[in-house]
Amino acid sequence: MSFRSVIAVLGVLAVVGLLVFGLASKGSSGLAIGDPVPTSALPRLEGGGSGSLAAYRGRWVLVNFWASWCEPCRAEAPALEKFQREHGGPRFAVLGIDTRDLSGDGQDFVREFGLSYPQLRDGDGGAAHDYGTSGVPETFLVDPKGRLRLHVPGPVDEQTLQGSVAPLLPGGKS
Amino acid sequence: MKARAILVAALALALLAPAAGAAEQASLTEIEKQVMCPVCGTLLQLAESPQAQRERVFIDHLIAEGKTEAEIKDALVAEYGNEVLALPPDSGFSLSAYVVPILALLLAAAALAIGVLRWRRAGDGPGRGDGAARPAPPSESDSERLDADLARYDL
Repeated sequence: MSFRSVIAVLGVLAVVGLLVFGLASKGSSGLAIGDPVPTSALPRLEGGGSGSLAAYRGRWVLVNFWASWCEPCRAEAPALEKFQREHGGPRFAVLGIDTRDLSGDGQDFVREFGLSYPQLRDGDGGAAHDYGTSGVPETFLVDPKGRLRLHVPGPVDEQTLQGSVAPLLPGGKS
Repeated sequence: MKARAILVAALALALLAPAAGAAEQASLTEIEKQVMCPVCGTLLQLAESPQAQRERVFIDHLIAEGKTEAEIKDALVAEYGNEVLALPPDSGFSLSAYVVPILALLLAAAALAIGVLRWRRAGDGPGRGDGAARPAPPSESDSERLDADLARYDL
């Protein structure tokens, strides 16, 4: 192979490599049922420090992506709080992730709806991207082994939570 | 006389200070052109989403607090990450956004220069100007046909 051919092949490989890198870094991964969910650490919305889904290993966790500027998120917040009060404990928790939102607005939202479950902050939307969300709100039920068991794109309500989430929890109480 | 000079200096300072402050005063219109609406993926200037409205309120609030443009952009980065900036920062990995196009341009220019040099060298090589590269003369039948055609159009 001549020197020119080698240069040409290297050039083509470089362009293809850049395209693949671009697609891999920008493309939404999307999670399928049974996939392990991302566990990267995120800052807490209030109180400082950071938290991660990894800390919930061994528990069922309902991960809810929301933002204060999102009207459907406002509509579903009371149902999520009620569900946490009814089912929250050593084997289950709701975990909120405030995404692409101002931290002050997010904190106001938590106070306004009296949300008692833990909240993490995803300012740049990296976690939402890793979960493959296409917007807010989106909710993911994660089993004790850290695998996705249920995905609800769009808002949840009491009926969805009691009908689809509660039966999967330990004891299957609804 | 001394008191008069002090008074003039004080007046000048009083007049110049607000002007200097105004020069540094950040403006929503200017910042909107430099930052993104992270949810919409467009410049904030073009965005009308609820998130964009909250971002504008946030910027307005910081302007009212007297923050400079750089301070406001830093605050936006703290909230939304580097992707909120329309132009990537010129440090760290983001620096490649500026360096790679320049390197690509330099490489392309070098490749073009080498190509032109080689082409010129090939043009100056043996065969040029000694008739070897000229097309072969027409055959006898072609010449006769050409003469006949020319004679037909000879007015």
